[in-house]
Amino acid sequence: MANMVNLKINNIPVSVPEGSTILEAARLAHIEIPTLCYLKDVSCVGSCRMCLVEATGARGLVAACVYPVSEGMEVKTNTEKCRKSRKMTLELMLSKHKKECLACERAGNCELQRLSTEYGCDPNYFEGETLDTPLDLSAPYVVRDRDKCINCNRCVAACKKQAVGAIGPIGRGYAVHVGSAFEMSLMESVCVGCGQCIVACPVGALKERTTVDEVWAALADPNKKVAFFTAPSVRATLGEAFDLPVGTNVEGKMVAAIRRLAPDYVFNMDVTADLTIMEEASELLNRIQTGKPMPMFTSCCPAWVKFVEQKHPEMIPHLSTCKSPQEMFGGLLKTYWCEKNGVDPKDLFVVSVIPCTAKKYECHRPEMNGEVDAAITTRELARMLKTAGIKLAELPEEEFDNPFATCSGGGTIFGATGGVMEAALRVAAKMLDGKFEVVDFPEVRGTSPIKEATYNVAGNTVRVAVASGLANAETIIKQLESGEKQYDFIEIMACPGGCVNGGGQPTLPDSIRNTADLKSLRAQALYTSDKDNKFRRSSDSPVMDLVYNEYFGAPNSHKAHEVLHTSYREDKRI
Amino acid sequence: MEHCAACGTPEQAAALKAVIEQSRSTPGCLMHILQEAQGIYGFLPIGVQKTIAEGLGISLSEVYGVVTFYSQFSLKPKGKHRISMCLGTACYVKGADKVLEAIEKEVGIKCGECTEDGLFSIDSCRCVGACGLAPVMMVGEEVYGRLTPEKVKTILEEYKKEEA
Repeated sequence: MANMVNLKINNIPVSVPEGSTILEAARLAHIEIPTLCYLKDVSCVGSCRMCLVEATGARGLVAACVYPVSEGMEVKTNTEKCRKSRKMTLELMLSKHKKECLACERAGNCELQRLSTEYGCDPNYFEGETLDTPLDLSAPYVVRDRDKCINCNRCVAACKKQAVGAIGPIGRGYAVHVGSAFEMSLMESVCVGCGQCIVACPVGALKERTTVDEVWAALADPNKKVAFFTAPSVRATLGEAFDLPVGTNVEGKMVAAIRRLAPDYVFNMDVTADLTIMEEASELLNRIQTGKPMPMFTSCCPAWVKFVEQKHPEMIPHLSTCKSPQEMFGGLLKTYWCEKNGVDPKDLFVVSVIPCTAKKYECHRPEMNGEVDAAITTRELARMLKTAGIKLAELPEEEFDNPFATCSGGGTIFGATGGVMEAALRVAAKMLDGKFEVVDFPEVRGTSPIKEATYNVAGNTVRVAVASGLANAETIIKQLESGEKQYDFIEIMACPGGCVNGGGQPTLPDSIRNTADLKSLRAQALYTSDKDNKFRRSSDSPVMDLVYNEYFGAPNSHKAHEVLHTSYREDKRI
Repeated sequence: MEHCAACGTPEQAAALKAVIEQSRSTPGCLMHILQEAQGIYGFLPIGVQKTIAEGLGISLSEVYGVVTFYSQFSLKPKGKHRISMCLGTACYVKGADKVLEAIEKEVGIKCGECTEDGLFSIDSCRCVGACGLAPVMMVGEEVYGRLTPEKVKTILEEYKKEEA
C-alpha cells in the first residue's frame, strides 16, 4: 500500500496517497477547485492558472492540478488572493474571446461562461485585440472557431492521445493558437474525424458541422418521406442532455420524442448492427477457410477506417469489407425497403442519429452513394428536440417502427468497446458449431484499453483482440507487424470506450466528467438491455430472417456484397 | 524515410537522415535535429519537417509547433549572406532602427525577406552579446559593430562586389 500523506485543505484534514496532487486531495475533502485546462485521463499540464491555490512551503500561488501534496501541508483554496488571481485570469481570457454567448451552442454548458459567472467577471474589463479568424469549415464533420479558443490545449491532448496529432499549438505569445501544421485546414490534415477534440473542448471553439437545417427542411417537405434511425449508443446518452443521470437508457422515450418531430418512420439501427454481424462473421469464417489476409479488423468505425487509409494503408487488406451499420441501413432502406414499398429512393430522406462525428464524413464518401442524407449527432438530436419544445423525460415509452424495430442484444452492445466482438463471437461460434449455446463472452467486456482472449470452437482456435482509442489500435498494429502478437479477429473503435464515449455525445460539465466513469456507466445501459433481450444472438433476430429470405438470400451473397459491402483506398498522410 | 524532391539535394537528404539516426534515441532530441536540419537546408520546409516527424515517430503538428515557437527557426529560405540586425536594448538606443532602414534600402528588401537572387536576407535579432560594440549586425557568422547608416553601405558593397 502506498504511503499516506496527511494535510489540511481549508482546515479540513485529509489523508491521501503519496504523489497525489492538491486537486486530487481536495476532491477527497469535497472541496472543488476550478479548472479549465485539466481533463481527467486527457490533459494535466497546469497551464490555465485557474486552479491556483496557496500552499505552505510554496513561494507564490501553485497550480493544484500538478502540485504534489506533502506531509503537514496546509492548503487554502479560497483566499482573496486566489479569487483575485482567478478572476483576472478569466478576464484576460475573455478579453480576446468572441463573446457571442447568446447564440453559442455551448451556452449554458460552457466552462468559461460558468466560471465567469461564478467569479462575477467583467467580460470587457480588458480590451484585447480580437483575431477575427475565419471559421475552419473544410471538414464535413467539425467546425473550428479559433476566436472562441482559450488555448487550454485540451483538444491537442485528446488528439495526441488518439495517436493522430492533427493539431498543436502554433507560434508563441499573444499570437499562439491551435491549428494544424503549416496552417493546413482540418480536412487536409491527418485528422480522422473522431471528434474527441470536440468533447474535450471546454468552450465553443470546436463543434460538429451541423446538418440540422437540412433535416428540418426535409421534415417540412410534403414530397419527402423522412426516415430516422438511431445508433445503439444514442439511447444510453440522450438522457444526459435532458438532465437524466448518466447511464439512463431512454430508448422508448427517445423513439417517442423523435416521433413528435413528425418524421414518417423511426427505425432502430441495432437492426443493421445485427446485419453487420451476419456479414462480418461470415466474412471471417470465409477468410479463415479460403486463406485470405488475416487477421481481420472490424470496419464499423469510420474514424478507424480513415486512420488506416491515412496512416497504415498496408493494413487495408485486413479491414473487413462490411459497411458500417449506418451505411448498411442507408443501403437497406434505399434498395430493399424502397423496392418493397414502391418508394422512389429520391423521395426518401434518410437521417441517422449517431454518437459520432466521423459518421458525418462517412456518409460523404463516394463509395456510399449518398445513401444516408443526413447524419446528426446525439447533441444535434437533443438540440432539435429542445427547439421543438419536446420534454424527453415526460414522454411515454414507444416502440420503433416495423419492419426495422426488433434487434438482438448483440446489435445493442455495438455501442460499447468489445460489443462488436462479442456479438460476432456469438454468431461465428454458432456457425461453426450448431450446438454452441454460450452467448456471454465477459473477457472482451469492460473499458480496458486492450483486451485479448482465445476461444476454441469445433476444433478451431480463434484468437481475438479488442482495442478502443486509436493509440491502442496503433499498439496492436505495431505488435502484429513485429510478430510479437498473433490474432485472427480484432475489433477497433476509435473512441476510448467505444461509441458510448463518441465525439458526438453530449458534453457534460467538467465537474461530472472529472469524477464519474462515463464510459462504464453508459456501456452498462447497453449490456443491461442486451441481457433483457430475448434474442441475444444477431442470427436469432426475426428481422434477419426477413431481410435474408426476402432480399439478400444469404450472408456474403452477390446481392449482399452489392448493398452491404464497400472498398477502401490509400490516402497516405504524415 | 524517403528522399523527397522538394527537400533539396540527395546529399542534404542523406545528411538529415544521418542526423536523425544519430540522435533519435536521445530524449528531447527534436531541438537539436531541427538546428542541424536548418544548418543543412538553411530553413525548415514542409518536406524536411515531415522527414523529421516520421523519423522520430511524432506528429508533424508537434514538429511545426516547436519550429514556430522559436524565432531561430525559419520556414522561409534565407540568403547566401544572412544579415541579422540586433534590435536589443543597447543597439536600439544607439540607433539600430536607422541602421536597419539603411540595410533595407541598400539591399532593396524588407526585414524578414530574401532577395530574389537568393544572395541576401535580412532578419532582426535580440542581442548577440556584443553590446559594447552597439549597434551591431551579423552577416553570416561575421560580426560588425559601431555601425552607422554610412558604414553599413560600405560593408554591404563589399559583399556585392564579391558576388559580381
